[in-house]
Amino acid sequence: MQAETSGRRNAVLTVRSRSQPRFWLLELYDSAIGKKAVMAVTGIVLLGFVFMHMTGNLKVYYNDGGERLDHYSEWLRDAGQPGIPHEWLLWGVRGLLAASLVLHIHAATSLTMLNRRARPIGYQGGRKYAAANYAARTMRWSGVIVAAFVVFHLLDLTLGTTNPDFESGRPYHNLVASFEREPVAAAYIVANLLLGMHIYHGAWSLFQSLGLNHPRFNHWRRGFAALFAAAIVAGNVSIPIAVLTGVID
Amino acid sequence: MKLTLRVWRQKGPSDEGRFETYDVPDANEHMSFLEMLDVVNESLIADNHDPIAFDHDCREGICGMCGIVINGRPHGPKKHTTTCQLHMRNFSDGDEITVEPWRANAFPVVKDLVVNRSAFDRIIEAGGYVSAATGSAPEANSLPVPKADADLAMDAAACIGCGACVAACPNGAAQLFTSAKVGHLGLLPQGQAERWSRVVAMVERMEEFFGSCTNYGECEQACPKGISVNFIARMNREYLKAKFKDGRKLARGALGDE
Repeated sequence: MQAETSGRRNAVLTVRSRSQPRFWLLELYDSAIGKKAVMAVTGIVLLGFVFMHMTGNLKVYYNDGGERLDHYSEWLRDAGQPGIPHEWLLWGVRGLLAASLVLHIHAATSLTMLNRRARPIGYQGGRKYAAANYAARTMRWSGVIVAAFVVFHLLDLTLGTTNPDFESGRPYHNLVASFEREPVAAAYIVANLLLGMHIYHGAWSLFQSLGLNHPRFNHWRRGFAALFAAAIVAGNVSIPIAVLTGVID
Repeated sequence: MKLTLRVWRQKGPSDEGRFETYDVPDANEHMSFLEMLDVVNESLIADNHDPIAFDHDCREGICGMCGIVINGRPHGPKKHTTTCQLHMRNFSDGDEITVEPWRANAFPVVKDLVVNRSAFDRIIEAGGYVSAATGSAPEANSLPVPKADADLAMDAAACIGCGACVAACPNGAAQLFTSAKVGHLGLLPQGQAERWSRVVAMVERMEEFFGSCTNYGECEQACPKGISVNFIARMNREYLKAKFKDGRKLARGALGDE
């Protein structure tokens, strides 16, 4: 670390070099603000998915032995027919979600590395936070843990690899069979609480990143994020609890 | 009042630096924090020791020169206050106070509590100006400014460039500073000519030196002028708009030498 104070211009320590001009969208993604915008947009896609996923799964509460949930899962495969062939829409949405997740994680990773370079030495005497809440400061951890959970979740309830009683095409049966194992239900609950924390900061932060601020709705943004996070957590966490307590079986 | 100071001492940019402890037996509660450091330095000089180096100039809270992290907070515990305007009555007798310089890659320590904030000048050079014809001054009333815009621009213009926002940001980001400049000039009619090229140029210069915003909001709390993070959202919007507005042309060619 050398501060240069002589010379024609004060040389300042950089954390990155300037990019070569390219196609403007790539150039946008090259900037940190562009990456944050991408994180916000992909975040909205993922929020939309998480919300649909949660509301769709509430069909378990019909308590009809899974008839409606299984029917719904079949409809997801057939959606768009006869215009769109079987499962095409499903795979299209899966592709969009996977692309969003990859971009979200890539942007987060490269911004985290940039930020570490920008603050290589922290406060040796400790620091006090005045505004940054726990959810905001642990975004990286909650994000990584939720991502790991998504992998397990797909193995458990989509592919059935980790679920010994798995039967393809019977999501209700699989769900009950999975959540009857207490450790799985516990992991699911913990992951959803972390997801809620991630959403609590993310659903507020996306407004800032996209520059969506106006006195008309600024006071709403925190409340919206809190409500959204609470709805997702409540809806999702209720299901394993309902299975464990025998409300649905 | 009696105090114990833990001060970051660093001989120069390449020195490792360490905390040294000083007893302050006779601090007056009416002293500013810098006057208290002056008293400590008087006694250090009398004992033939190197005085503690710190930045300061107007001592009226408007120049932006001073700035120390006091007990883990830039400019100390009091809101909307620069270090020079922080008085010792905000501390209690017997307190131990930890004093450290701004920490950011772009702000290397020059000596003790003094950091080099030239990176801010680089950002200003990139676009923190308006082009105006020289010569006779125009009639002021010929350029009306809506009251709401004037007020908002004034809120942004309150930025004194002290760097507390960067110091407070866990990412070492300079979003609040840059957005205050972009907001201030972009809101006024005189700033319209360079409105879109300015935001692109200043943001991209900023990103060469500083981290990225994760919307913690620490900067707003540390800012002695209470500049709102709403300006960051405004800058994000203007930057994205500029990039989209004219695609390749505006983002590059129209910026001349950028």
